[in-house]
Amino acid sequence: MAPKKSQASPAAAPVVTTATTATTVPTVSGPGKKTSSSSSSSATTSSEAWSNVVTNILKHYQKTTPQRTKLIDLFMAFLVVVGGLQFVYCVVAGNYPFNAFLSGFSATVGQFVLTASLRIQTTEANKADFPSVSPERAFADYVVGSLILHFFCVNFIN
Amino acid sequence: MAVATASDPSPIQVLADFGKSKSLRTLLRVLILCFIAGAAVSSRLFSVIRFESIIHEFDPWFNFRATKYLVANGFYDFWDWFDDRTWHPLGRVTGGTLYPGLMVTSGAIYHALRAMTIPVDIRNISGLLAAAFMGITPGYISRSVAGSYDNEAIAIFLLVFTFYLWIKALKLGSVLWGALCALFYGYMVASWGGYAFITCLVPLHAFVLICMGRYSTRLYVSYTTWYALGTLASMQIPFVGFLPVRTSEHMPALGIFGFLQLVAFIYYIRSALSGAQFKAFLFVGLGAVFGLALLALVAMTSAGYIAPWSGRFYSLWDTGYAKIHIPIIASVSEHQPTAWPAFFFDLNMLIWLFPAGVYLCFQDLKDEHVFVVVYALFGSYFAGVMVRLMLTLTPIVPPKAKDPEQEDVADISSKKTKQSAGSLRSANSPYVGVYSFLSKGLVSGIMTIYLLLFVLHCTWVTSNAYSSPSVVLASRMPDGSQHIIDDYREAYQWLRQNTKEDAKIMSWWDYGYQIGGMADRPTLVDNNTWNNTHIATVGKAMSSSEEVSYPIMRQHEVDYVLVVFGGLLGYSGDDINKFLWMVRIAEGIWPDEVSERKFFTPRGEYRVDGEATETMKNSLMYKMSYYNYHTLFPPGQAQDRVRGVRLPDTGPVLNTLDEAFTSENWIIRIYKVKDLDNVGRDHAAAASFERGHKKKKATKKRGPRALRVD
Repeated sequence: MAPKKSQASPAAAPVVTTATTATTVPTVSGPGKKTSSSSSSSATTSSEAWSNVVTNILKHYQKTTPQRTKLIDLFMAFLVVVGGLQFVYCVVAGNYPFNAFLSGFSATVGQFVLTASLRIQTTEANKADFPSVSPERAFADYVVGSLILHFFCVNFIN
Repeated sequence: MAVATASDPSPIQVLADFGKSKSLRTLLRVLILCFIAGAAVSSRLFSVIRFESIIHEFDPWFNFRATKYLVANGFYDFWDWFDDRTWHPLGRVTGGTLYPGLMVTSGAIYHALRAMTIPVDIRNISGLLAAAFMGITPGYISRSVAGSYDNEAIAIFLLVFTFYLWIKALKLGSVLWGALCALFYGYMVASWGGYAFITCLVPLHAFVLICMGRYSTRLYVSYTTWYALGTLASMQIPFVGFLPVRTSEHMPALGIFGFLQLVAFIYYIRSALSGAQFKAFLFVGLGAVFGLALLALVAMTSAGYIAPWSGRFYSLWDTGYAKIHIPIIASVSEHQPTAWPAFFFDLNMLIWLFPAGVYLCFQDLKDEHVFVVVYALFGSYFAGVMVRLMLTLTPIVPPKAKDPEQEDVADISSKKTKQSAGSLRSANSPYVGVYSFLSKGLVSGIMTIYLLLFVLHCTWVTSNAYSSPSVVLASRMPDGSQHIIDDYREAYQWLRQNTKEDAKIMSWWDYGYQIGGMADRPTLVDNNTWNNTHIATVGKAMSSSEEVSYPIMRQHEVDYVLVVFGGLLGYSGDDINKFLWMVRIAEGIWPDEVSERKFFTPRGEYRVDGEATETMKNSLMYKMSYYNYHTLFPPGQAQDRVRGVRLPDTGPVLNTLDEAFTSENWIIRIYKVKDLDNVGRDHAAAASFERGHKKKKATKKRGPRALRVD
């Protein structure tokens, strides 16, 4: 399956923010700031080109995203904030009940990933990738996945 | 599937047409699968027929004991089980250091059958459970014959099923399948330490796919679901605990998880930006993030948050590593590099069909084929490095090997090959095959012969090599009848009936589980080799002279010492042959008290006869093995049949131990540790007095009765 070159994936928009949350910069919020980490790390290029890039992305986002998906994005942003807060707490105040931290943090990460999957599966542009997954099916899967996730988290929290 | 393209209606053609109708095909498939299942189960029952329903090998005894405990005390007690009857005097936190999958499974089966009012014993379940899964390849049978109640019995099934679910999830891009895959992955983690194989293979597959430019949103969905849920599931097992976030073995999975998020994000950005802008963004942004992540990983490893790769893992890359640094790992025969004949022995003709199958994968490369190729590569490598990991290779070989076969018989309606290959079926396309009737007949004839030979080989291997329990030995009498040598059970039964309930038995760790399971007596060390020092202590006691060993045994409250001696029977797996490992392991902890060199003659030979070194002759193990042995033979005729040497006429003298029991064929010898002498002499003096030697200067006063500590 060759990668889709077209308008394929508004997919995992703020996804990278978790990647960075987990490893490097734990302070990102909102789908609008998707590029904040990268733009900050690229001070060498002219700032004008970069603001250009950011506005382009924003425009594209505003234009192509349906209202419902924006709701999902909002939830994902919320998860990123919560996960980031937990991570900061862990770094600043120590990880003493490590079980609790891990299950809390992985609950946010897991929920984020599941939500991202739901978002990908329900996006119009990705229809071709998921011949067998209707939006209803995607939502049912999402619920099942979340239930399993939270069962494990609660069991692990001690 | 058979696609007949020949034009002339031959008998075979008719058959092919016959097989084409869909309902018939399904019927045939079900029938054939049933037959395969029947064959698979019955071939595993060889051992029961040839011997009887007993548990083989070493580890199964522990699983058996643990299962009994689980059934008797319930799940929560099982979790908190502290076993004070092993690793005396340390004990073992068993509940937190085992993989509970197998015990829980059989416990559940047990209760289910009980609920259906079928009276069963755990014994029966443990035997049959193993027989219930998978195909007929000997490599796998080695671990799943009835009676071999080991983790691998269910783990390999789970391994294959997890991979199947992973492929399914990847193909459909469905969260549900990903979650199922994660659940079975969790089950797998609960059953076998080999789960790390999945933990590394799946991310590797994802990584290869991304590198090949095959990233798709389905990959994102299935991988992230699997990872997020699967990692949490694996952390539920106390033995695994925080390992998934702490050790390097699990880092690839985490890394790929982060990497996928990044890739997904980049794909999104790409759809929003023009080419040049995107390029600039890609180089700077991606480079920065990747560098930072790598830095963080290195920093955390060096700061000690993430443990570096464990020793067992190093030994996978450098086969000499374990021998130098961790003799305890190298001493296990399963951890030796695989010999070439073993490959052929286990896989037979599949071994040359295998590369052909991999080649065919490239012809029609899809995501799942990439997986198979990656699996094949890694499976082969690991199987070559460690005998034990042959297991991981086995499931992939039959499905791959069947592809070329299928190619060969594509024109003939021989569906058998396809299904005999097993569970992991890959898509296949119509082949351009051989057309003339003669060549068709020739090829199919040859293939049939090969297949028959293969089945013969499998059956032979199963019945001969893998069905003989190590506890019971079989031999042939001169008249050809079978003779069962049952020394192990004889000895364990003796221990059970003639010793105190809490008599501590010292033996080499190989026999720990069996003593715990069959004799029900506390042991010093067993097959769960969690404490190297404790094992080395036993090794030191065995390899030192009596004067050194006795205090060690007193300190550990040892009541009986058990050794395995094969000299009379020619049983080569005895303790004298394992002795060097004991010495090596002891030397690793006490290099200045035990020295391997001293057990070799000046010419570098390992000898047990009259030429043996003084250290060897004085070692406790040597003395226990050959004590009184020469009395069996006429003078000058004493012979060790394993090592094929003649022994000196005067046997070793034991002062601190009493011979308590020797089994029929002298395979097991049990010694009782003497108590301290009543009048405060040391044991050598006391024994010498008993023998009637008068001590010339026995006038020296001795202090009060005390423990001698060197």
